[in-house]
Amino acid sequence: MTYTKEIKELIEIDEGVKIIKGSNVIVTTLDKLVNWGRSNSLWPLTFGLACCAIEMMAAGASHHDLDRFGILFRASPRQADVIIIAGTVTYKMAPVVKRVYDQMPEPKYVVAMGSCACTGGIFNTYSTVQGADQFLPVDVYIPGCPPRPEALMYGLLKLKEKIMKEQGRWGSWR
Amino acid sequence: MGQLEIEKLTETRFVLQMGPHHPATHGVLKLYTEFEGERVLKIVPDVGYLHRGIEKLAESKTYPSAMTLTDRLDYISSMTNNIGYCLAVERLMGIEPPPRAKFIRTMVAELTRLSSHLLWLATHALDIGAMTVFLYAFREREQILDFFEKICGARLTVSYPRIGGVRVDINEKVLDEIYKFTEIMLKRVDEYEGLLTENRIWISRTKGVGVVSSEEALSLGLTGPALRGSGVYYDIRKLIPYDAYPEVDFEVPLGENGDTYDRYLCRIKEMRQSTLIIKQCIEKIPEGDILTEQAPDIDIPHQGKRQISAGDSLWSGFIQFVDKKTELMPPGEIYSAIEAPKGELGFYIISDGSGRPYRMRVRAPSFIHISAIPKLCEGHLLADVIAIIGTLDIVMGEADR
Repeated sequence: MTYTKEIKELIEIDEGVKIIKGSNVIVTTLDKLVNWGRSNSLWPLTFGLACCAIEMMAAGASHHDLDRFGILFRASPRQADVIIIAGTVTYKMAPVVKRVYDQMPEPKYVVAMGSCACTGGIFNTYSTVQGADQFLPVDVYIPGCPPRPEALMYGLLKLKEKIMKEQGRWGSWR
Repeated sequence: MGQLEIEKLTETRFVLQMGPHHPATHGVLKLYTEFEGERVLKIVPDVGYLHRGIEKLAESKTYPSAMTLTDRLDYISSMTNNIGYCLAVERLMGIEPPPRAKFIRTMVAELTRLSSHLLWLATHALDIGAMTVFLYAFREREQILDFFEKICGARLTVSYPRIGGVRVDINEKVLDEIYKFTEIMLKRVDEYEGLLTENRIWISRTKGVGVVSSEEALSLGLTGPALRGSGVYYDIRKLIPYDAYPEVDFEVPLGENGDTYDRYLCRIKEMRQSTLIIKQCIEKIPEGDILTEQAPDIDIPHQGKRQISAGDSLWSGFIQFVDKKTELMPPGEIYSAIEAPKGELGFYIISDGSGRPYRMRVRAPSFIHISAIPKLCEGHLLADVIAIIGTLDIVMGEADR
């Protein structure tokens, strides 16, 4: 049969990705396909808290241009995949951040940008939350006060790598 | 719309909580707004979402190390914050930086003013709907931040000035680059003006919006371009000159009508003036020291001791040591203000003779400008609220501290 013959002509073009020679068919796992799609269109939320938001804006603007990674800023949490905690979280702001995070659809990721969002930074005071990980599941920490746009890019690429390693996170059972 | 007309229509009152997460509120500002249809009836700003306790934190830091906190006040123009703080401490100590340091400070302050106004232009235009200006303005802003990096190694939170001078000297090569940049910058400002000044949409969105007369602006406490847009001649660089401002020529642009469009023109003209100041500074910069000899040591804390008196609280006794060594700072109070890009930035410092400020109060222009939002938004449409927030140039880090 021609069917079995073609199967023998599978060529591995990447790790876990095979192509059937002479046709437009690619054989791979669903995990790989979903992760590939997900990691190439990370849409962060336009959500600035403090100083780091300015560097986040600079990263999204003309010189550094996050759009080339498929990272487009969205103003509504309903359309976002990633929330970048860019700046100091105060006790007054923390419930708002939590609420915005809750409004995001699954799958969702959290990037803590800057020292304040990682650990509280230099603001060890009565009004500052000592790190965004006290109330959100943080995926990537980017240190710096504030981190350079390049550092933010590196952090987002690290998040991409992390998404590529996910398994079975596409069904309703997760 | 007059007051009587509004009262007739009060059947469909609509309450909108704007912020703290709103892309156009410039940080974490929250506005409680009541609308009649689309007309604003009432606006109550809610601040404090970024209160980090900077003033209290400064009391536990020494004079040189409290300067890093001032970077985070108005994070768009950290250089002017540092200069304002250093100037206050210098006036308290009675020292003066050497002439070269003064010129360097003036130059970096004006570079900061440029970058701050560029960010204001970018976000203000983006809020109103002009995307291209955002990309144009950030192109030049990156260049300015590159200069900061070449001067001191940091892009945003610089901590470059020191009490009694500046930290490192500027390379001649960098000065040449900045000089070349000023020539490009003048053309770029024309480019922004070409996009906006005679743009019909821009004019209809900004002219007659947020009008504030000169008397009202003064009584509201507006400063900086927000006040000068109403035609009041108030610029601390001219009235109480500091650093090298007496030695450079520049004009203070004034508006006439006090609306959003005039404030826009004012800032655009200011950008041109800043460019000219930078040029003059580079031409006139003298050789010499960059730090005066009377400048305090960076590691004051080991020497600075406070003395306990009976009236002090337990906490202040806890951080003070009983040691009668020489006083590091002259005891007393000082208020010193500078012209930050957003307005009058004042530092009020009380010294008790130890190495730490007893109290540091910041007179932040943004906080006072927020209090003017209800007045400016009276009777305007919902879309104009965004334009008014943009035109006041608010930064919440400075307002909430």
